[in-house]
Order: sequence, then C-alpha cells, then structure tokens
Amino acid sequence: MTLEIESKEATHDTDGLPVEELVVNIGPSHPSTHGVGRVVVHLDGEVMTHVEPIVGYLHRGIEKMSENRTYLQVVPLTDRLDYVGSMYANWAYCRAVERLAGISVPERAEYLRVIVCELQRIASHMMALGSAAGDTGAATMFIYTFDERERIIEAFEELCGSRLTYNYVRPGGVSFDVPEGWLDNVLAFCAAHRDKLTEMDKLFFGNVIAKGRLKGIGVLSAEDAVAWGASGPVARGSGVNWDLRKHDTYSVYPRFDFDVPTGSNGDAYDRGRVRLFECYESCRIIEQAISQMTEGPVKTPLPRLLRPAPGEAYSHIESARGSLGVYVVSDGTPRPYRMHVRSPAFCNLALLKILAPGHMLADLVAVMGSLDPVFGEVDR
Amino acid sequence: MALVDRIGTSLERTPGGGIILTSVDALVDWSRGQSLWAMPMGTACCAMEFIAASFSKFDYDRLGTFPRPDPRHCDVMVLAGTITEKMKPAIQRLWDQMPEPKWAIAMGNCTVSGGIFYYDSYSVVRGADEFIPVDVYIAGCPPRPESLIDAVMQLRELVHEESIAPGKRRERNTKLPRSKAEANERMEAMRTPESDGPHAPAKVVNKEFPSDVIADEGGEV
Amino acid sequence: MSDHLEELRERISELDPTIYPLFSIEFGDAVIAVPLDDLLVTMHRLRELGFDRLGMVTAVDRPEFFVLVYRLHSRALSAGLFVKAKVHKEDPVAPSMFEVWPAADWQEREVFDLFGIDFEGHPDLKRIFLPDEFEGHPLRKDYDHPRVIRRPDYI
Repeated sequence: MTLEIESKEATHDTDGLPVEELVVNIGPSHPSTHGVGRVVVHLDGEVMTHVEPIVGYLHRGIEKMSENRTYLQVVPLTDRLDYVGSMYANWAYCRAVERLAGISVPERAEYLRVIVCELQRIASHMMALGSAAGDTGAATMFIYTFDERERIIEAFEELCGSRLTYNYVRPGGVSFDVPEGWLDNVLAFCAAHRDKLTEMDKLFFGNVIAKGRLKGIGVLSAEDAVAWGASGPVARGSGVNWDLRKHDTYSVYPRFDFDVPTGSNGDAYDRGRVRLFECYESCRIIEQAISQMTEGPVKTPLPRLLRPAPGEAYSHIESARGSLGVYVVSDGTPRPYRMHVRSPAFCNLALLKILAPGHMLADLVAVMGSLDPVFGEVDR
Repeated sequence: MALVDRIGTSLERTPGGGIILTSVDALVDWSRGQSLWAMPMGTACCAMEFIAASFSKFDYDRLGTFPRPDPRHCDVMVLAGTITEKMKPAIQRLWDQMPEPKWAIAMGNCTVSGGIFYYDSYSVVRGADEFIPVDVYIAGCPPRPESLIDAVMQLRELVHEESIAPGKRRERNTKLPRSKAEANERMEAMRTPESDGPHAPAKVVNKEFPSDVIADEGGEV
Repeated sequence: MSDHLEELRERISELDPTIYPLFSIEFGDAVIAVPLDDLLVTMHRLRELGFDRLGMVTAVDRPEFFVLVYRLHSRALSAGLFVKAKVHKEDPVAPSMFEVWPAADWQEREVFDLFGIDFEGHPDLKRIFLPDEFEGHPLRKDYDHPRVIRRPDYI
C-alpha cells in the first residue's frame, strides 16, 4: 500500500501559457477530515477542479465479521459502526432481527428506544455542528456544543454504563429500564438545551464570518440530492422533505407531533441549520414520549441462540446522518448468512466530488463538515 | 522528581531564594515530562474520547498535554482507534516523522490487541505494537477520558526516569515495569497457582449443579 | 402489511403491465425478480414509475450464484421495493446502474470490491475499501483469511 498521489499534468490556460495543475493530498490523518478521510484535490490556482475522496482507511469488515457470530453477538459490533450515534445502528439491526425472527417488542421499550435515539440525535448533531464550526475557525462553538454533548453522554452512562458504545437496544427490547429520576433529568436537559440552541444559533449561524464561510458553499440541488441517494440533513438542507420518521414511519413515531425542518438553498449553511432545528424537534419528541410512556416490561425474553427461519429482512430508521438500513439474510443457522449496512454517511460522502469542485481549497473542509461523515460508518 | 516536585519548599528554605542544585538529567526529564504534546492519531471510536478528554470537563491540557495534529511538534503519539492494514503505512510514516525522544500510548483495545476485531476481521492490525513501540497501554472499548489522563501520568513517570544519555535509564523508585518482558514476568507471577490474587486461576470443583440452574440454561438475554 | 403491498402491486401494474409478472411478495417485502439481461431496462422503467431513490445496492453469495439486491424508494408512491437479479459465479458481470441513479457509483464499487462483481458501464470501477494489492473478495463465502478464527458451531 502506497500513499503516493498521481503525477501532475501540465495544462494550458486560456492565453496558451503553461499552467501546472497542483495535486494536493489531504489526509488520511488530518484534523478536518473527521477521522481517517482522505481527499485528493486537483487545483487550478486556488480553485478545486477535481476532488476525489478516498475511503476505506477504517474498513474493518464488520459485515464479514457478523457472519462468524451469532445474532446477538453482532449487536456490539453495530455500536462500532457509527461511533457518534451508536444507538441508531443498534436499533436498525435489532429491528431487522426482530422482523426476521418475528419477535415482538414491549411498548415501553419502543418509547425508550425513541427517547435514547432522539437524545443520540442531539448528541450527534452537536458533534457535527461543533466540528464543522471548528473546521471553519469557530472554536468557541465547538466547546459550547461539546458541553451539551457531554451532558447526554453522562445521561447514557447512567442508563447503560458506557459513554460511547452502549449496546443498549437489543433484539426484543432494551437491556435495562431507566434508573430512578433519569427521565426527570432528561426533561430538565431538554428545557435547558432549548436555550442553549438559541444561543448557539445566534453565536454561530448569526455570525457574519460563519455566513461568509458557509453561505453558497457546496450547493446541492434537490434533484441531485435524490438521484445521488442523499438522505438526512444533507437531503433536507436542499429542500427534499424526506424523513423516515414521517414518511416511512416506524416504531411509535406516528404518535408524536413534530415537524421536519428543511432548508431551501442546499448549501453548507442550510445543512448546518437544519441540524440545529432538528435538535429542537428532538426535544419535542422526547418530552411527548416521556409524557405518553406507561409502566411495563422493557424486553421480551429470548432464547440465548436465535435461530430465525430462512428468510431475509430489511429495516431502516432515520439516523442523525440519514436513512440507515440493515439487511439481514438468514439460512436457519444461529449465525446471519449475510448482514449488510446501508450507510447514510457513505452515500452522503460520495457527494463530495460533485459539491466541492469550483470552490476554493479552504472551502473543502466547510463542505466536508456539512456532510458530516463518520468514518466508522462510511468504511464499516 | 523529588527535588523539583518540592520546588516551592526548597525555595523557601534558601535565603534569598534563587538557587536549586540538581542534575541536568533530572531537569531535562522533568521538563520533558511536564509538556508532552500529543499527536492525536484518532482513527475510530476512541478518538471521540480523546476529544472529550481535551475538552472542558476533563481538560487534560492542565497536565501540559496539548493535542497538536502535526507530528513534527509532538512528543507522544496517542493511537486512538482501530488500525487497519490500509491505515498502517500512514501511521508508520507519521511515527517516523516525529522527532526523538518520542513515546506512544495505545488507547483502547483495538490498539492493544485488535480488541473486538481480533477473531473475525480480515483487515484489522492486531495491536499497534506490531509496528510501533508502545509505552503505555490503556484497556477499554473505548477507555474513559480519565484513563487517558492516568496514562499520561504513567508516561510522565516513565519519562522522568529516562536519561539523556542514549540507552540509559536512571534507577528510580517506581512501580512501573521497565520493559515489556518485565511486565510479562509480573503477569506470570500473578498467575501462579499458589497465588490467591485476583488473577489466580479458577479452582475446579467437582460439584453437581443444582437442577434449577440447569433449567435456567435457555433463559432470557 | 400485505394489503399495502397488494395495493402497490396493483398501482405498479396499472402504470406498467410488463412489471406485473415479475412482482412477488417475499418475507413481507415487495420484490421484483428480473433476469440479468432485462435489469437495466426494468430499472429505467421503475425510475419512470416514480422510484426516484436508489437506497441500497448489495449482493448475497448463494451457493450457485450471486444475487444482486437493489432497494428502491419512491416518494410519490410512498413505497419501498427490492429488485433482485442473479449473477453467474463463473462470469460475474452485471450492468451498472450509474446512468439511472448516480447513487450507484460508490455502492457498486463496494460490491465490486467485496464480491468481485464487475459492473459494465461504471465510470470508475476500482476497489473502494481495500487496498489495490489486496487479494480476493472477502464477502464471498469461499474467502479465507489466515488470521480469522472460525468460531465454534453453536448447534
């Protein structure tokens, strides 16, 4: 494996003068590529002409690994897919297995899943907003958002004992019921979080520098968003009203009243702002879920070895990055015959090569930050 | 660093307060240990905990450890996250670019041994020490930020006992093992059957299980 | 659930009668099974019917053949759909969907990388996750890696 980049080609500008095309390699270890992303950029002066994202530096082969494990042993692996939003991959996988094996889930567990996933959405968006802001020079915003994220991580730690890899959503329910007083803490967090969001909106999105850095950068048209398979805030920033919670609804989401914020310009600014407004909506969903929740069991007893009948199941949920799908094929043995993850970050990152060309090199990190890739999920 | 740790009281006792006598070796080590700039080699999940450790709540900047994503400026590489075969040459190159003296902290199970990916993965490097000499290992998946702070403190102790003369190590009263071989020896000593320590092997007892335990075999998960 | 799928079948059949015989319901999902030669034509037709999103492209290694699995979504019909096609193991070549949905770009590269299925007409078909020197296609069932330890069978 080499890290060499291809040789330069001499081109000629409009006056016939020889112009050397500059090839810049960014990554795979670069603080603004959000992990191990690598981008090879061809430059004409300071303007990007061709952008080639190179992925796979975190390809761990989770799909093949799950063929060597039992159905329940795969759940911890899904934690490591999207490490900023572990609950989503847990849930998507468990829904697929529940569908495959015909397992019913108690109602309280569904509510708990909704609550933790909406909290996770806030945590993930805080990370996305903060790192995107940090990349464009607004380090203060990163510290504000990370503070909010830390509060959610503390709540998760109280709930399931882990700060990052929760393994909380399991086939048939969730692993534990909430500790005493936890829901009150979450409600208090939601109330405080709204004020913080307003403050962040003023601090970052009201800032003239952020507007200058993000407005009109990486414009994605609604047609392209649909054709390229974009989902989540990336598609909604372009005005595509597509949210699985509303439009292919699952779990107990039909019982909640919430809006789907969409942008209109499809630029980096709108994508960021959509994330911020989604946090308000998540707070609304959490409050409704806590008020509707009733006492009851949180998991269905299952045998230690699941042996679903031969068949296949696909389940998708709206994760913080978009529609996260899991496709599981069973052949009747205790191991999955095939497990595939349809990763939203992977599909969204593919857009980089059509969004970035035409902009200055310094705008690359703004575009990449607005796509919010998490490389655990991109590379799997 | 006994003398420098008590620097305040030493100064008080000196009339006029200006002079401390110490060896150059000790002073150099002390200053190295107090400002270990960290190269964040964050590849996966552990990078999130690395970021958390450097932010407001845990704030390991107060130990003089400052994340700086530039190998030329850094003393310690924090290997945070799964290393794949594809990523290995990049990490190797960054490690080679770091100036001596340099240290490495393996943060998380993936860099210790491959962790959860040890048995099944076709693309993960089983432990960072396959290609980088690691000084401190932190277990956990991912380790808590406090563990990282503890690792920095342990590394500081290691740095304090190094000598500026190449290959030499000053004898100090420390609990840390001096080499990987010594660490392994200690582990083995803990595993001897006579030991009653926490790592002693479980004693095999021929006893019939009560029937209600057997009935529980297909219990819930 | 199945009422909804029947309704989808009726609506698709009204729009395009040629699709009707291909339509089936497997394990609670709408599936269109297509011979490989008709895949591209059928996909163009489905796109015209309103399936404007290509959600997922993947493959499954069955003992005799590979199965290409496409997941389509339609906002207009508010429905999801699987399209499946069998690919021979001896000569694994399939048409690329890049001209229908650009979303197929990276996902087909992934299938090429991990299964070794060639996609004719793809603009830039090369390995995406694994280094170029990597030998074999790991998601094939006959792939073996020296460091992978097979867990015991839980029978």
